Amino acid sequence: MSPGQELVRLDGVTCRYDTERVLDDVDLTIARGTLLGIVGPSGSGKTTLLRAIIGSVQPVAGSVARLQGLRVGYVPQLETVNWNFPVTVAECVLMARSPTRGLPWASRAERHEVARVLDRLEIGRLARRHIRELSGGQQQRVFVARALLRQPELLLLDEPTSGVDARIRHELLHLLKDLNEDGLSIVLTTHDLNGIATHLPELVCLNKTVIAMGSPVEVLTPETLELTYGASMDVLVHHGVCIVVDRPQELELHAPREAVA
Amino acid sequence: MIDGLLEPYQFEFFRNGLLVATIAGALCGLVGVYVVQRGMSYIGHGLSHAIFGGFAASALLGVNYFLGAGIWGIASALMINAVTRKRKIGADAAIGVITTASFALGLALFALFGRSGRSFDAALFGSILGVSRSDVLVVAGVAVAAVTVIFFQYRPLLFTTFDPEVAGASGVNVARVDALLMLVLAATILATMQVLGVTLVAASVVIPAVVARMLTDSFAQMLILATAIGGACGAIGMNVSYQVDVQSGPTIVLTGATMFAIVLTLTSMRGARRQRLPLA
Repeated sequence: MSPGQELVRLDGVTCRYDTERVLDDVDLTIARGTLLGIVGPSGSGKTTLLRAIIGSVQPVAGSVARLQGLRVGYVPQLETVNWNFPVTVAECVLMARSPTRGLPWASRAERHEVARVLDRLEIGRLARRHIRELSGGQQQRVFVARALLRQPELLLLDEPTSGVDARIRHELLHLLKDLNEDGLSIVLTTHDLNGIATHLPELVCLNKTVIAMGSPVEVLTPETLELTYGASMDVLVHHGVCIVVDRPQELELHAPREAVA
Repeated sequence: MIDGLLEPYQFEFFRNGLLVATIAGALCGLVGVYVVQRGMSYIGHGLSHAIFGGFAASALLGVNYFLGAGIWGIASALMINAVTRKRKIGADAAIGVITTASFALGLALFALFGRSGRSFDAALFGSILGVSRSDVLVVAGVAVAAVTVIFFQYRPLLFTTFDPEVAGASGVNVARVDALLMLVLAATILATMQVLGVTLVAASVVIPAVVARMLTDSFAQMLILATAIGGACGAIGMNVSYQVDVQSGPTIVLTGATMFAIVLTLTSMRGARRQRLPLA
């Protein structure tokens, strides 16, 4: 288990849904110890990229090579979760337990492991609560806990901060940084440039293909953002942190008529 | 009054019917949890209609009912599963096309070649009169098989029902689990059809699960509750059927519907009281 070891490599990956090309000739290497953010507009292929990594979407061209025996944890977008499903926090996390145990109830070791993971994420007291009864941040932690139960080497999160407030976003960012410092490799998608992306050590700008890759300072430039989002944006640097802002003249185009007048 | 209630128990056909209705009700309740939670409530209705095509064909060809209708039902279930997995066609549309076509074929076969074998009306609305000892054993056998599958496949079934994509990423063979569930469902409907009838099987699959869902937020508890509610509906419905001289299918379903109404009222009242409390 050496830092920098290649966990996943995508070579010229192209994915299609029917005739629509969602990913086009994507090259990407995910190394052990990485904390990588994938940014891009809606429909840029961020979720498909994660699906290609976990193997639920097969590329029509190119290849996805995973380290043999690689354990991957996947946290889906919370918007896709059926919150009316009758499942408690503990039941939800236990879904990810070992497939080799055939009995429906959890073993003592599995129960201990669930309790440990929930305590690690500070939601141990919520184990018997229904998932709908939790706050947005707690709900996100439940699905992170489920992914962590399998003791993954690589954790993938799809839009983990979508629809959550600033406080929960901060908590989640700190949690991911702690997990990364403990040796977990993390890849997440986000459209939250200022709240999440600029705080990550490494970014990929994606719009069907990789536009740029590197640190936020290297990647978040007006030129790259124009290519990625198709919109003019400026980048300010404040205490070493990039802040992405829309260009005022772009905003004026969308301002109400009275305000312009 | 007690004598009147116990009167039907002296008849073997009633005891057999009661056993079948109770086991079949419990089985439908158990399997119905997965059907309801997958948003496929319509499938019970559809599959029972599809199996009617097999019932008609087996009656006309003189083939054993369970064999003919069973092969037909399983083929329909696997076809629905396969079509549903195609991205462009939703489950409801796949069920609508395959099962109604099969039902129409059954009706056409009866119209062309006449009615023979098991009663046409019994197939549509259910009957306890024809329940023999061997029918009890068949239903019990299907129930044991279904419970065994659900017991040993609990985790993959739950995971694929709740979150198929992540289940697949976690090493669960989603296609195999889906196919397995469809087989269990087809076998359940096949075994239940003679008591409930084609037109009413769906209600026995859906109602116990829905009632159980209103009572619990835990999946494991929902499985146990739905099984118990389904069994109770079968047993109570059979007794009512004898007492009021109405076919077993309608009385079992109406018992379930009554339970649904009672639980809905009680849980709504509890919910309303909870909402009022913070204001007090």
